[in-house]
Amino acid sequence: MIHAVTSSPPLAALVCAAALMAVGLMLPDWVLFTASLALAKGLVVLGLVLLLRMGAVSFGQGMYYCLGAYICGLVGNATGVQDALFLVILSGLGCCALGAVLGVFLSAYRGVFFAMFNLALSMILYGALLKATSVGGSDGIGIAPPSYFGLSPSDEYRSILFYAFVVVIAAGVGLATRIYMRSELGLAALAVRDNEIRLEYLGLSVRRVIVFNYAIAAGLAGLGGGLVALVSGHIIPEFAYWTTSGEFVFMTVLSGPSSIVAAFGATALFETVRLVAGQYLPNAWQLMLGAFLLLSILFLPNGIGALAAGRRRTRAPDAKEDAR
Amino acid sequence: MSIALNAQGLSKSFNGIKAADGVSVSVADGEFVSLIGANGAGKTTFINMVTGYVRPDVGSITSYGREIVGLSPLQVTRLGIYRSFQIPQVFTGLTLMENLTVAINAVTAHERPLLSPRKAALNPDSRDRVDAVMERFQLGKYRDHLVSEISGGMRKLLDVGMATINSPKVLMLDEPTSGVASEEKFDFMDLVIEALSDQKAAVLFVEHDMDIVRRYADRIVVFHEGRVLADDRPDAALAQEDVRRYVTGKA
Repeated sequence: MIHAVTSSPPLAALVCAAALMAVGLMLPDWVLFTASLALAKGLVVLGLVLLLRMGAVSFGQGMYYCLGAYICGLVGNATGVQDALFLVILSGLGCCALGAVLGVFLSAYRGVFFAMFNLALSMILYGALLKATSVGGSDGIGIAPPSYFGLSPSDEYRSILFYAFVVVIAAGVGLATRIYMRSELGLAALAVRDNEIRLEYLGLSVRRVIVFNYAIAAGLAGLGGGLVALVSGHIIPEFAYWTTSGEFVFMTVLSGPSSIVAAFGATALFETVRLVAGQYLPNAWQLMLGAFLLLSILFLPNGIGALAAGRRRTRAPDAKEDAR
Repeated sequence: MSIALNAQGLSKSFNGIKAADGVSVSVADGEFVSLIGANGAGKTTFINMVTGYVRPDVGSITSYGREIVGLSPLQVTRLGIYRSFQIPQVFTGLTLMENLTVAINAVTAHERPLLSPRKAALNPDSRDRVDAVMERFQLGKYRDHLVSEISGGMRKLLDVGMATINSPKVLMLDEPTSGVASEEKFDFMDLVIEALSDQKAAVLFVEHDMDIVRRYADRIVVFHEGRVLADDRPDAALAQEDVRRYVTGKA
């Protein structure tokens, strides 16, 4: 039974989605809110995991996250269309398109330059949104609750329905990502991290591999941003602020590059620690998070994903050794 | 026979030091040519110029009549000019199997804009080709080992295996047997030659071991301080007086 689930990605996605739904039905609304938030942010982290597989880290993923949220909010408010699926797909596609364009330029950079270039772009967006009074300036904008294929749930069912919606999207994206990671291109992305020179001398364009992954990561961040906009009902420029991007990197490091479930798990863990620590240690929750990350780096350098992948060999990022 | 590679008058300076100074080398298809010379003589610079890694200051390089100076490594590779490296350039964080799978997929994607994001990396087609290379280079035993775990000699085989994976028209091997145990060098070269036996590749290999050179080279090109000192059949080239004085050290 377990083997059948692990060897069939669609079945695994279905089982995960069903389990999450079953748990969700037992949760109070305020936990459902946090869970929806965690799943939505998990999509952003999943995008960063795709970059991490190539050895790339972006300190500016908040840009696409924020842009996705604003696309969702502005289009929803301007057109009156409140359909959740339509709005979040628009958020994802919009960010994916921008990612594809920016990726062409950013793919010329590596390491810290790549990370900081992204950070700079995200801070430009943040600054622009602060000054843009037409989109609410520093106050941000509010969004009406979403509808689903023409159905507007009453307040009573709003949280559980949105949670179900996020679960379905997360399961679908998770499944697609899993198929991608095992694909020709997905394996080549791992090879980018190890040795770009060899790939070029095999006649493969490393740049195209990077642009593809960057665009997908941007799209996932946009999708996550759109979902967060809908669940929270309010969006602010801080979505693009560097600390938001930093949190996503934090969750990505916690997740590690090897597992999709870990990307969502790390996000959920992060949000839980923040929630619990914020509740009981309101002045020291960042300290808790810091200690938490430190421990995970020391004892799980490949993230919590390495726990699940324990039976497989580890892929330490420093396995490069004398590659050159 | 047609000219697989024709380099004429290549010069390249790095900060005023002439790494190549009027180098002209021509190789026909099916020919096995050894490049010899002391360290710093310009052998690797020559390979780097041919494969688009370094652009010559002056000179022309053609492959089957097509000018290739100014092309990127990627473009040169897609014309069928493959290379291996003195220090193996492989994917150390992946298994041997994954290394060859990436390589097979990469070379079969030359006509496509990009690799498939859906098709499994290890599909029936790629698996067959990976298995064939594994068998040819006797790497099967280590297929699921990370490359960071295997010996230098194995990595060398893998590197050469990748360079020969797509029926190269021109194959440039930079010190293929360095790092290979001396008693295994002949076997190693036999494997390489066998891998190329059904192709008419022009092969250029940098080599320091004169036993290997005598046994496998149809012709030797001797480099010295960025110039070609001799270009002849092995016996004749190695008998040349200045070659003995500057290169083989048996004057």
